Amino acid sequence: MAGEIYKKPVLLAVMATVAISIGSIVTMAYPMFRADMHPQLETLKAFTPLQLAGRDVYQREGCVGCHTQTVRPLKSEVARYGDYSKAGEFAFDHPFLWGSKRTGPDLAREGGLRPDAWHEQHYTNPQQMFPRSNMPQYAFLRGRPLDPATTLAHMKALGGFHRELQADLAAVQASLAGKDELDALVAYTQWLGHAVARRQVGAVDLAAVNPFSADRKAKLKGQKLFLDNCAVCHGDEGHGQEGVAPDLLDDRFLAVDGDMPDAAYFAIIKDGSDVKPALGRPGEKDGGMTAFGGQLSADDIWSIVAWLRAHKAHEQLEGEIK
Amino acid sequence: MNDYRYDNRTVQGFILSAIFWGVVGILIGLLISVQLFAPSLNFAPYFTYGRLRPIHTNGLAIGLGIGAEFGLLFYVVMRLCRRPLRFPRLARLQLWLFNIAVAAAALSLFMGYSQSLEYAELEWPLDVGVVVLWVMFAVNVFGTIMKRQDEQMYVSLWYTIATVVAVAVLYIVNNLAIPAGLMKSYHLFAGVNSANVEWWYGHNAVGFLFTTPILAMFYYFLPKSTGLPIFSHRLSILAFWSLIFGYLWTGAHHLVYTPVPDWIQTLAIVFTLFLIAPSWGSVINGYYTVGSDWTKMKSGYLTKFFILGITFYGLQTVQGPTQAIRAVSQLIHYTDWVPGHVHMGTMGWVTLTVTASIYYVIPAIYGTTIWSEKVANIHFWLVLVGQLLFSVSMWITGIQQGALWKAVNADGTLKYTFLEGLTKNYPYWHMRSLGAVIFTVGMLFFVANVIMTIQKGKALQASAPATPAAAPAV
Repeated sequence: MAGEIYKKPVLLAVMATVAISIGSIVTMAYPMFRADMHPQLETLKAFTPLQLAGRDVYQREGCVGCHTQTVRPLKSEVARYGDYSKAGEFAFDHPFLWGSKRTGPDLAREGGLRPDAWHEQHYTNPQQMFPRSNMPQYAFLRGRPLDPATTLAHMKALGGFHRELQADLAAVQASLAGKDELDALVAYTQWLGHAVARRQVGAVDLAAVNPFSADRKAKLKGQKLFLDNCAVCHGDEGHGQEGVAPDLLDDRFLAVDGDMPDAAYFAIIKDGSDVKPALGRPGEKDGGMTAFGGQLSADDIWSIVAWLRAHKAHEQLEGEIK
Repeated sequence: MNDYRYDNRTVQGFILSAIFWGVVGILIGLLISVQLFAPSLNFAPYFTYGRLRPIHTNGLAIGLGIGAEFGLLFYVVMRLCRRPLRFPRLARLQLWLFNIAVAAAALSLFMGYSQSLEYAELEWPLDVGVVVLWVMFAVNVFGTIMKRQDEQMYVSLWYTIATVVAVAVLYIVNNLAIPAGLMKSYHLFAGVNSANVEWWYGHNAVGFLFTTPILAMFYYFLPKSTGLPIFSHRLSILAFWSLIFGYLWTGAHHLVYTPVPDWIQTLAIVFTLFLIAPSWGSVINGYYTVGSDWTKMKSGYLTKFFILGITFYGLQTVQGPTQAIRAVSQLIHYTDWVPGHVHMGTMGWVTLTVTASIYYVIPAIYGTTIWSEKVANIHFWLVLVGQLLFSVSMWITGIQQGALWKAVNADGTLKYTFLEGLTKNYPYWHMRSLGAVIFTVGMLFFVANVIMTIQKGKALQASAPATPAAAPAV
């Protein structure tokens, strides 16, 4: 008698447990025993103690409430952030920090995109760089000390599951020496997405000619685009900021004396730091320049370069007159 | 005496505690909604959006949600079993522990102790507290049901039993963690596996904290307040079993287009669509129950709470499955559409049903009537308008956001920077906060009405101490 169950609370509880167990087993418990739930890319590096301490800060401050860490395999998303996320990138993530809401941008490909100094400045005061940003200021992290004993305990907890994360006190102390919570958070930020190779950039055609070298309208548009996209780091006049972005008007290019043709400027705006090897100028350190090829058209980029050239010529002339 | 026998003091204690934490949670929600367009209102380190958001969600899910469920389900269980709680002192202890736990939880989240698991932020010592509370609840629910007077169990009891079992399983499994300190732990599961376990939990926490216990209330208080019997017993049987069977497959619809294996995502999407059927089973049962006499919508001030509540449940359970479909998910996932969806369920379905149930219970405890039907009606219209303004503005800006993120120029480059997409939300976020203010004012009318009704009840008892309360309905 099926109706009997509504007279027997224990039986009803048992049957309810069975009912909720089937879906739980098939979609949650059974997959745990499959290898595809535990992938690990060979290129994936474990957190250093400093990076783990930074991840702890990221968890403590609830960054996951506004930032995702997974790029979906959608054209527009790959164009905006970079290659889509792979299952094997998250082997050390206890828990996963993919998030569910993008009030701020996705951070899965953030590592290596910008210099440390950029992040320090941005975490301290986001509105100074992006006046209309709604991100809280994390200036209070500056100067807050890191405790090696705490980080060691955290490494040990995870080290029981991942031999790559095993560490002793000396190693933790060395990693944290002279660093504060802001440094740790920046170190973690730079860790994100390192396991997946950046886009390969082919040879650069340095002979390509800027179609707008003499186009006044394009130069005005270039100036506007520069102010909207580049001035945050390079300054309104293109003279750069110490540690964040270089001066664009001196006769150095990627920290090497001597200028390069317009096509080199075009290439580095379009593809960012990934283009450094193709230009034969590795620069001071990895990362630094973001790729704008996903959001600026070729004409836009040539216009910026055209304005930069004109601006540089103008400043040189001013100098000579003085 | 009836009052004493039915442990009404405990029921009322839970209701008042839930209301207190509810007001706290709503006010924090209001603050974080403003922080989203006024970042200068973040006061680091304790009052930043990142730390406050879990206090908002936990405060309302645990403080208001579970608190009200403890109180109202104890009430329902006692009436349906026609006996007092089996262990009344345990229930009193549970009430005290509940308030201590919620206060400690809020404090720990202010301090930044968080597992970073959505809706499971609390660190392990607090998880232990939650489990203890749940066990205390379960002991009393089962203990009382085992000693009930009627052999046949009413549908509200089935939903209560399913809630007790499912929440225990979900909460314990997802909170398994590697302890790394007194207030620090790491999820036992890593990467894609961690994601899959978390959303199996996350989605079903909605299912078994915001659906089944609320349905238990709905199935009890709707017939009680209208005097109309439930339309179809057979439909409620069908809806019950297919709901609790189907729910547990669906968590991965939160992980569409992530690196979680495709087959888990697809299975989740399919079962999510299936869930429309049992959800609407309850919607139809609700409509047809009142459908036998629609004049109850006018004559009984509570009927409209339940009918609008079940309407939002119906809309929620069509919108949810729609969102799970890949073609829709790719547009609205990660946008403000999703909080719009969640708040229709919580501010619409859950709040309307819970507040109406409280309006029924508080006067019933004192054998009196509500202090003011007029205030209840004002409360109703304010929360309705507030919630609609909230959700609708979020849906609009959510679609806009998704479209801006995807927009490309003729040459395939992106049309908008992320920041351009963000700033276009601001006008809608202003509107959302306005909706939240209206909703909050509505809830304050509710709080006032409950407090005044209790005052009225107490005055009544004081003036006629010798009069025994009405005998329990047999």
